[in-house]
Amino acid sequence: MDVLAAVEGSTAAIGYGLAAIGPGIGVGLVFSAYIQSTARQPESSRLTLPYVWIGFAVIEALALLGIAFGFIWAGNI
Amino acid sequence: MTGQTIVLAADVPFPPSVEDFYLPAIVGGHDSYWFTKITALLWISVAAIIIFFLVSYRKPKLVPTKKQWIAESIYGFVRNNIAVDMLGKRGINFAPYLTTLFVFILLMNFWAIVPVAQISPNSHIAFPAILAVISYVMFIYIGMRHHGGLKYFKHALIPPAPWFILPLLIPIEFFSTFLVRPFSLAVRLFANMFAGHMLLLVFTLGGFAMLNSNLWFAPFSLVSWAMTIALTFLEFLVVCLQAYVFTVLTASYLQGALADEH
Repeated sequence: MDVLAAVEGSTAAIGYGLAAIGPGIGVGLVFSAYIQSTARQPESSRLTLPYVWIGFAVIEALALLGIAFGFIWAGNI
Repeated sequence: MTGQTIVLAADVPFPPSVEDFYLPAIVGGHDSYWFTKITALLWISVAAIIIFFLVSYRKPKLVPTKKQWIAESIYGFVRNNIAVDMLGKRGINFAPYLTTLFVFILLMNFWAIVPVAQISPNSHIAFPAILAVISYVMFIYIGMRHHGGLKYFKHALIPPAPWFILPLLIPIEFFSTFLVRPFSLAVRLFANMFAGHMLLLVFTLGGFAMLNSNLWFAPFSLVSWAMTIALTFLEFLVVCLQAYVFTVLTASYLQGALADEH
């Protein structure tokens, strides 16, 4: 049978796409919680801001590990 | 990557790869890599920070000059918004180190969007790794000095929990505090700068690839280069954010090492 379509390149791209779903949701949750808490209690916005960035950074690290490992274990099809 | 469908011009390799981060040597032969653009940017950053702070604090005045005002507001920002906010009164002792760290990372990251330079030394993991090791050693040392050698590890590893859950919690605490922290600190900064540079490369080189491919694709190279400009602004955001995040996380690790409760 003839080959009609073929995909070439690195499977790491697919893997990274999957790996970015979780951190994407997580980062969204962090900022939604911050916006909600600030809307309810505007005085607390300065108090909670460092924790927003810490939470953001910890979650974002997962997506960035995905990038780093994507290059380390890049597989070819 | 192999098998690109787009016909490429010989001189613009389209999918940028990790090789693009290993810049040619400036001084010396083809095989000597002791002085590259990365090294030059590092030396310039260090020299600029030292000279700027020395000059602006040479003759401090009660009514600050413009230079003194800039230096004081950078220091004031880190001291009040990071050190004192996170560590309380003790934060003032750590403010000089945190300010140095913040300014150094900010300037090193900033090279990613300066025309001509356009690569951050932090996109090589060696630099973030050393900074992370300094933070790691510092928070353990500070913790041991504050609580006393073994008591610090007891404090860090044994959370207040019922005894039957401790066999599960202690390995988790050990893993997250002593193994993951330095690793994630280094990889976060490195991967942000690496990904940022890669993104700019993809859109810049992608523009050339489309320009060279055929007549129908050529106009879209302008879109690609417009994206490069937009992404440069995004990079500016990331540059500032990552310098802030690294400093805040270092402060928060110190906070954990100095905490008195439980």
